[in-house]
Amino acid sequence: MTLILKGGRLFDPARQLDLVGDLVVEDDRIRSLGPDIAAASPGVLDCAGLVVAPGFIDLHVHLREPGFEYKETIETGTQAAAAGGFTAVCAMPNTNPVNDNAGATAYLLQRARELGHARVYPVGAITEASKGERLAALGAMCQAGAVAFSDDGRPVMNAQMLRRALEYASMFDRPVVEHAEDLHLAANGSMHAGPTALRLGLRGISSASEATMVARDLLLAEETGAHLHIAHLSTAASVRLLRDAKSRGVRASAEVTPHHFTLCDQDMVAYDANFKMNPPLRSAADRDALVAALADGTLDAIATDHAPHAPHEKQQEFDRAPFGILGLETALPLALRLVHSGRLSLARMVDAFSSAPARLFHLPGARLEPGAPADLTVFDPYREWTYDPAQARSKSRNSPFAGARMRGRAVFTIVGGRLVWQAP
Amino acid sequence: MPAEHLLGIEGLPLPRIQRLLARAAQFQSHPPPRYLAGKRLLLLFYESSTRTRTSFEVAARRLGAETVSVTAASSSIEKGESLLDTVYTLRAMVIDAIVVRHASSGAPQLVADHVDIPVLNAGDGMHEHPTQALLDGFTILRHRPQIAGLRVAIIGDILHSRVARSNLLLLTRLGAHVRLCGPRTLLPPEFAAYGPQVSLVYDVEQALADADVVMVLRIQMERMRESFFPSEAEYVARYSVTRERLRAARPDALVMHPGPMIRGVEITADVADSPQSVIREQVENGVLIRMAALAELVGGVA
Repeated sequence: MTLILKGGRLFDPARQLDLVGDLVVEDDRIRSLGPDIAAASPGVLDCAGLVVAPGFIDLHVHLREPGFEYKETIETGTQAAAAGGFTAVCAMPNTNPVNDNAGATAYLLQRARELGHARVYPVGAITEASKGERLAALGAMCQAGAVAFSDDGRPVMNAQMLRRALEYASMFDRPVVEHAEDLHLAANGSMHAGPTALRLGLRGISSASEATMVARDLLLAEETGAHLHIAHLSTAASVRLLRDAKSRGVRASAEVTPHHFTLCDQDMVAYDANFKMNPPLRSAADRDALVAALADGTLDAIATDHAPHAPHEKQQEFDRAPFGILGLETALPLALRLVHSGRLSLARMVDAFSSAPARLFHLPGARLEPGAPADLTVFDPYREWTYDPAQARSKSRNSPFAGARMRGRAVFTIVGGRLVWQAP
Repeated sequence: MPAEHLLGIEGLPLPRIQRLLARAAQFQSHPPPRYLAGKRLLLLFYESSTRTRTSFEVAARRLGAETVSVTAASSSIEKGESLLDTVYTLRAMVIDAIVVRHASSGAPQLVADHVDIPVLNAGDGMHEHPTQALLDGFTILRHRPQIAGLRVAIIGDILHSRVARSNLLLLTRLGAHVRLCGPRTLLPPEFAAYGPQVSLVYDVEQALADADVVMVLRIQMERMRESFFPSEAEYVARYSVTRERLRAARPDALVMHPGPMIRGVEITADVADSPQSVIREQVENGVLIRMAALAELVGGVA
């Protein structure tokens, strides 16, 4: 089966590729690409004015299956991914049961093969049931297909446990993904500690609750030489620590979410739990530091932390509502806001969505070259539309961007040579 | 048309504040008619309260309303029903307004966003307690011609206090200078963001110096268990408002306390019972302020 993408801007910054031309897919691989190599004919995807990029990979997604199918399923979650331009997602293990063993990892992969509209890469738990007490079966999960390990949703509070996880996972060259949060400092807070939280009478989650853990984890990464990946990094202090560690050659990387580089605590609509996530929306200064760090590459990848919750869970007292918001279908236009306003280059954006995540988690795809898997994200950087969660592919509706005007959208998403998304 | 609510002092226009204060004064001299005859008021108390609930109940009945009380212990709340489901159920029983007290900041706002009748905040978490601030302002005005220019010291657990927040907003809006005082762990520097009329002091004598009004707040003992301060004895030694310390304030300074009051901890008995104390008046005035608020929001009195 052949698929022809005609006249798009073939753009793969990691390979210094930027030319207007055609790309031919045969079966599940890219066969060829170059200027004017294919004739226009019916069945050809007209990509004039569109950017043809390596498939976007989201390192941080909660698919909720098994256990929380009322929030999201593998099917709806990967549909949302495809609609947002993602060809692959890394599935966090905090399902019920937790993905902390080879059987659960294999089950997830099998379900994803049956139902997935995008590729799914399992992230296994670091500790059994993510309780922080005993190492989970890292080796077996790795064999079953886990690409990384994380107790996401909670930190590994015991530093010795994290150290062992780093050492052990390094044998398989798998990153340990840390949700960096000192739970004592976070003190059951529900939003960023600052003047807004004080005014609203909400318990604050201080910046230091993240940065102290980032500092600890970076020291452990340095001592062990293992790869530490920091999930949803959110503060200027953490950026400074990471930048310093990287400059000294520590094997550390980090992701940033679109909501953290777009919004700050003052943007929150009072007590609207669609603005509640962990880490919380930080200060304007933190937000600006994240944008700068994404632009200069200190923050390697953009990941959504897509965290669906049902309306009845979010329509609660703010301190009772669960943390987390949707991300898959709004990530690209939010990142493009930075590009359109000149704060991020298109090249860095595409890298942060595709090549960088592939590099960090050793994933296939994410390159425009003959023979590579045909995972492609084709987007219109200027297309205007309004995000309406009620029309979204995700099963849930919890987004602070409901009703937001967006500029830029995925037009075609191609996974293994199959067209899985075409914008309406 | 969406119903008008009383959710906090923040966002309450100054003319409305002045009108409420004036109406309470008017009700004091001329008992009002039964503005709320035939109306039914729901008192939804998710957090225990003696004073505020009774005060709202008395106020509502004086205006001729019927009241229905639902408290956390006696309700489906205990069985795990969500706040909104509880509200929808009770709303269906022909209710004209809801008074909400809740341990979660923002809960009255959540209720107000989902009903078409007035919602009055009777204290939400650490956020606001608007009728308390109004009754405090009203009480000060019984003894002083105006609030502008007064030095008000608020002493105690500021961090967790909705009374402190509402008073801070109300008193500064009316032109007072507010000194907040308590241990640093219970008085974070971000409070300075409330404006230039607010100052933070960690020394009680400094807070009391030349004060016109002294508001004392309760210290909850669970804060001690959480190690916000070392011990009750140390708190008493450093912050308790005693006769000796009060000498630093103006001789005619008013002493206030929103209750519940623990004598011998945040305030000594002789101060609480001194002629300067207006603590009991505060309770009386609470009924007047709540009558004023109910008359306007529920009775449609312009």
